[in-house]
Amino acid sequence: MSARDGIIIAGAAETNAVGKLPDYSTLQLHLEGAVNAVADAGLRMRDIDGIATVNMPGPMQIAHALGITPAWMDGTAVGGTSFLLHVRHAAAAIRAGYARTVLITHGESGRSRVGASGWPRGNSSIPGQFEAPYGTAGPTTAFTIPVLRYMKEYGLTHEQLAYVAVAQRKWSARNPRAMFRDLITVEDVLASRVVAWPFHLLECCLVTDGGGALIVTSADRAAEFPQPPVHVLGTGESMETPMISQMIDFTESQAFRLAGRAAFAEAGITTADVRHLMIYDAFAHVPIYGLEALGFVPKGEAGAFISDGNTEPGGTLPLNTNGGGLSYTHTGMYGMFAIQEGVRQIRGEAAAQVPEADISVILGNGGMFASSGVLVLGRQPR
Amino acid sequence: MSTPAGPKQKPAKAVPEPTPETQPFWDGCARGELLLQRCRECGKPYFYPRPVCPACGSTDVEWFEASGRATLYSYVINHRPARGFEADAPYAIAVVELAEGPRMMTNIVGVPNTPEDLVLDMELQVTFEQRGDVTIPLFGPATGSGR
Repeated sequence: MSARDGIIIAGAAETNAVGKLPDYSTLQLHLEGAVNAVADAGLRMRDIDGIATVNMPGPMQIAHALGITPAWMDGTAVGGTSFLLHVRHAAAAIRAGYARTVLITHGESGRSRVGASGWPRGNSSIPGQFEAPYGTAGPTTAFTIPVLRYMKEYGLTHEQLAYVAVAQRKWSARNPRAMFRDLITVEDVLASRVVAWPFHLLECCLVTDGGGALIVTSADRAAEFPQPPVHVLGTGESMETPMISQMIDFTESQAFRLAGRAAFAEAGITTADVRHLMIYDAFAHVPIYGLEALGFVPKGEAGAFISDGNTEPGGTLPLNTNGGGLSYTHTGMYGMFAIQEGVRQIRGEAAAQVPEADISVILGNGGMFASSGVLVLGRQPR
Repeated sequence: MSTPAGPKQKPAKAVPEPTPETQPFWDGCARGELLLQRCRECGKPYFYPRPVCPACGSTDVEWFEASGRATLYSYVINHRPARGFEADAPYAIAVVELAEGPRMMTNIVGVPNTPEDLVLDMELQVTFEQRGDVTIPLFGPATGSGR
């Protein structure tokens, strides 16, 4: 293998169900996703020689529970985008010869909190000293803070912010697995309960249980697998700050921009090549920041781009076609589900299938604009 | 997750636990001074406290007292209170830009926490609140000739 050799996603699957799963522990969700993905790739568990997952319950627990003795492990845990980074790291490991067939797992009992970890943020940590004393209580109270500055600088309206949720509901209405499928209006969004002004309930993601897994291997093996290969054409990763208060500029995401630039450069594509896009949407403003960071629209214009209908069914740039974290599912670390939808679109098997989805871009967010990973997936090799 | 054992009743709101590299900041707050750090090599001021300049990597850094003047950079008005903030809800969780450049999270006092009263870029001045054994910097509207 060399640094330019092709990498594919040969298997991909979610848990049998997503949503409210009080009878599943965090570990069970990981394991069901893993079993489903291995079966999707037509493999046996003993074929897996590399494992990557986040810190809870961690790569050792997942590997051990599945009876895998990996030759390569990655426990990168930088929030909900971690699984995109796992794909990137797996590609490097496969090219280096450290592993041949890598399993990447996600499972999170985000809603039911069965076998789930706590919020590990002591009062002596830096966020514990300099943010928590001001009454932050999870992402709704912090991830949301930048948007008011964006609204002042670029004229984004409350109605445009609300429309992000409206557009995505048009996608989830076509997805039988989505938690929320009834169409909504801007008025519905603005009439929903205020969570953290200017954000209303329908502008905040769901909190659900679920999981999923991927099988990553080298493209020269593509013919061995029952599913059409999904080529990993480019990858990128970056970060900005673990504390929202320390973002460099509240109107843009450095992590999104740098991860996107790296992934597009490696894939040798421009925004004009992209037929399908997933942007991690923990809150309604995140797709706006993502569209601009990736260069799909000029700075300050993404709100109008979405409210003009460009990202909804029938639009020029299908975005968050599973319904996203706002309407499909959001376990806490949503990135795995964004990848899964990209894979389904490339394979041509999505519930809301986009025509000619030959190149899909996935933008992951970790923490609160803290870290990012970007994947460029394609139907054909580079 | 426990706060340091103290003689007084434990406040319900989160109380920062100072660490060696942040202790001078909290000591400053206790004296009514808002301290920042500045790099002696590149001259850049920064916050949060740490022993390495984030602009150039130098460890030749010093503490200095900031003016306490700031402007309102961004905020949300939180309707789902954190522990101890129940009586304050809805309350603003704000980020202010200090006159010296760095930004910090804070709460805004001395003005109703409403969209109408909290106008971005309004001028603010630091004030301090005792919470358990620690003094916390908060910000309120600048008064008089604060310009």
